[in-house]
Amino acid sequence: MSIRDVLSPFTGWKYLFSDPVTIRDPLNDRPGAPRYRGFHQNDAEKCIGCGTCETICQNGAIDMVPVEGIETKQGDSGLRPRIDYGRCCWCALCVDVCMTKSLTMSNAYTWVETDPDAFRFIPGVDKKDWDNAELGYRRPDAHRITPAVRAHMGEMEPEERITSFAEIIDGYSVEQAILEADRCVSCGLCVATCPTHMAIPEYIAAVRDGDYARGVELLYDSNPFSGICGRVCTHKCETTCAARHEGDPIAIRWLKRHIMDQVTQEQCIEVVGGVRPATGKKVAIVGAGPAGLTAAFDLAKEGHAVTVYEALDKPGGMTRWGIPEYRLPYDVIDRDVDVIRSVGVDIRCNVRIGQDIMLDELHSANDAVLLGLGLQLGRATRIPGSDHADVRKAVDLLRLATAGEDFGTPRAAVVIGGGNVAMDIARTLARLQKAAYGEVQVTLTALEDRAHFLADPDEIKEADEEGIRILDARGPQQVVTENGKVTGLKTWRVKAIFDEQGRFAPSYDEGDEQFHPGSMVVEAIGQMTDASLLGEALTEELSWNRGRLQIDAGGRTSAAWLWATGDMVRGPDVVTAVADGHRVAASIHATLTSKEITK
Amino acid sequence: MSYTPDRSQYPSMKADGTLDIDLTSGKYLKLWQGPNHPGITGNMSVELTVCGDEVVEGKTHVGYLHRGFEKLMERRTFIQCFPIVCRICVPEPDFNEYCYAAAVEELAGVKSPVRSDWIRTLILEMGRINSYMMYMGGQAGALGLGIVGQWATYARDLMLDRFEELTGARIYHMFILPGGVRDGLPEGFDQRMEETLRVFETTLKDIYDVMFCNAVFKTRTVGVGVIDPAWLEQYGVTGPNARAAGVAKDVRKDAPYLVYPELDFEPVIGQDSDIYTRADVRRRDAWVCIDLIRQTLAKMPRTGPLMCEMPNMLHWKIPRGETYIRGECSRGEYGYYLVTDGSGYPRRVNVRGPSYTHAMSLLERMIVNLNISDVASLMVSLHTYPPEIER
Repeated sequence: MSIRDVLSPFTGWKYLFSDPVTIRDPLNDRPGAPRYRGFHQNDAEKCIGCGTCETICQNGAIDMVPVEGIETKQGDSGLRPRIDYGRCCWCALCVDVCMTKSLTMSNAYTWVETDPDAFRFIPGVDKKDWDNAELGYRRPDAHRITPAVRAHMGEMEPEERITSFAEIIDGYSVEQAILEADRCVSCGLCVATCPTHMAIPEYIAAVRDGDYARGVELLYDSNPFSGICGRVCTHKCETTCAARHEGDPIAIRWLKRHIMDQVTQEQCIEVVGGVRPATGKKVAIVGAGPAGLTAAFDLAKEGHAVTVYEALDKPGGMTRWGIPEYRLPYDVIDRDVDVIRSVGVDIRCNVRIGQDIMLDELHSANDAVLLGLGLQLGRATRIPGSDHADVRKAVDLLRLATAGEDFGTPRAAVVIGGGNVAMDIARTLARLQKAAYGEVQVTLTALEDRAHFLADPDEIKEADEEGIRILDARGPQQVVTENGKVTGLKTWRVKAIFDEQGRFAPSYDEGDEQFHPGSMVVEAIGQMTDASLLGEALTEELSWNRGRLQIDAGGRTSAAWLWATGDMVRGPDVVTAVADGHRVAASIHATLTSKEITK
Repeated sequence: MSYTPDRSQYPSMKADGTLDIDLTSGKYLKLWQGPNHPGITGNMSVELTVCGDEVVEGKTHVGYLHRGFEKLMERRTFIQCFPIVCRICVPEPDFNEYCYAAAVEELAGVKSPVRSDWIRTLILEMGRINSYMMYMGGQAGALGLGIVGQWATYARDLMLDRFEELTGARIYHMFILPGGVRDGLPEGFDQRMEETLRVFETTLKDIYDVMFCNAVFKTRTVGVGVIDPAWLEQYGVTGPNARAAGVAKDVRKDAPYLVYPELDFEPVIGQDSDIYTRADVRRRDAWVCIDLIRQTLAKMPRTGPLMCEMPNMLHWKIPRGETYIRGECSRGEYGYYLVTDGSGYPRRVNVRGPSYTHAMSLLERMIVNLNISDVASLMVSLHTYPPEIER
């Protein structure tokens, strides 16, 4: 102890006349820091209501609630997060996980209110002072707690794949599949989009857990064509995937395929559970395509005796006869169909209804008849010269290619059309040309410009890579012939496809004419149903709607015993056909088990 | 643990080892200090039995802040635990964030990027000096010297401003998460930090003048509340409490973590192990903090990733395993014992807060034969934060 210890404490007096260090009006004079985690903001337009913020909130402070003026639509649940500030701990995990980056936090941190309920509000919907605050916490770009990049899918190089019809896509390994499945946030927006409402988040979780038995069970719950859909589904689910907003969408289709690749056919058969006790009711189904077979599968599982009649020599419909093998190997179709057979579905091939057996006979021998004819006739352009024998329909050529029949591969071909069928035939021809002549000479002309092509972007990219010349916005005008042989196609540039009323009425720039040489012209501009099996009397009796059979919500036609399903009534892809098959099967089953309905 | 307090004047022991205290005799008095008492650190209480103004027995009561953090975490995913852990220590929450993140990272087999380790170190040192500042105010305040608390709070507030601009929050920063940190330093941060550190330097000098060179403070603290170096191991005494007893215990040196091996510093030690020495060790350690913050800012890489590649944290499963991660916080060794069972949730989390040993068993021992007026001072000198006692 010294004299210093007595005097030194008094040095504290030196601040006696200093200005105070406190902020006089902190509510106004002190804004929060630029990355301050203050009250939430939400761009209600950008938000898709995926609810991932609600999932991650460890306080249960977020509820997804419906909001007036925001409609539920594909890829948007219509719900928006409501935040309870009695629970919120300002950790901003909701901001970090937000799939669209719509949810942010402002730097506002003072809010005085006498009504305690006011502190539970919907950011971006309930207007607040800080809605337009420019400062506050936003997820830094590099900061991700959900991976953004899709697991790489191996595929054959263009030079290699053009030489054969071998499948292009490798499929995921278990490691890749787990990585990809891990990215899913299980929001379920995809389920609403999927026509057959597959349990997507659940089967992705099964992949994550390596529980393929559960995975395949979930697949068969809603889709007996999972092997096929796992390869060629139009995967609308991926277009509404929450992950696509700030990264790649989850490869839902490939994960479905992965499950099917990991299980044996025996496991699938075990899952679907074999033949059921008979109800004594009989159903005849015309057409062994996805819709017909799905309905057959459902009805057989209910115990009804189902017989499917197929005009061609193998079941599968357009999945077999329309889709080239490099996209969908035939053994995959066989496998899916065999599982369907295992529940007792009797598939009779090479039986053409209306020819080998009449529809009337089916009617009298069965309790219900279902038509799943598909769209097997190609539409014609009806341009001059298109009646030539070397102007072919894409569906016909694809069918012949599947059957392995030689239709005279042209050295150079011109395809008319910009949809997936056009791509399929162009790429099939390219392979055949490569095998026969060692080079590819296929020109594809589409009415649409590239930005509006109907084909999948992947198809266009791969066709490009395979050396197919894709010309957009070209309208076919004339098939040019010389000495009775097709020499090519004349096209004009398309100015507009639709008129002002939005009707299909292409207009052309006649000055921009091109000639595309080729000894064969293939029309791939759409398909229609061959409904001649109905016969004149029944055609007359049934109600029609713009060339399509008129059906009710359950797929029943105006005749009480007759249902129709699939592409012939509701297009245009496999998974829609599957969904339709389920719907019509439910309707038939309800009818068969209802006491009021008699034959 | 057996010990023999000096019972020369105070209650004799009965045959069964309990004290022979007869409250009806009028010689003894029960006195509760806390749970709401300015002389107590946080919400805990000490049940004192006094004879005159001397304490003959002290019994600690904790649990007033019990929120069951460890149990809560067993029902939350690994990422959901991240906002919880900081609440286990209010004045210096960052150790919870760091230890939890490091434990999860170790068991998950991920490595935080180098740049994030530097930022983590910076944050931990910022938290440490703030914790010391809070202590200074408390220690001086317990003896009636209010001005130190005012000065320290101002300096601390400036550091909270730095926390706010760096992490987005002042108290619960929630910035160090498994895999790295959320973001890098904001623009101009170094400059503003330097200005803040200068205020700290001035404040520490002022505190030295009015608190450490103070006849009253010295009279009340020198030779009072001595921790016998022999107790250190017995009671698990760590941090400044141990270093003031002359033992250079410092996890930053003993089991270096983050970027401490690349920083130049020596643990601050004292000799006398009394309240004054402990305060002095902390004061000098605060200077080390200032130096470490400057070193960190000078050496820190300014580019590079801040988060490592992480799986989807929404359903992150961590393989079966257990680990103990420790760090040197302002009170001593802070540790997280984490057990995982391969699921998406921690199987067991146990938080080792230094206050647990310091404020309970050690305090109960040291409080005997103390003057009532020194109880608060002794307790503050052990630097306890009750939430970490009752996780």
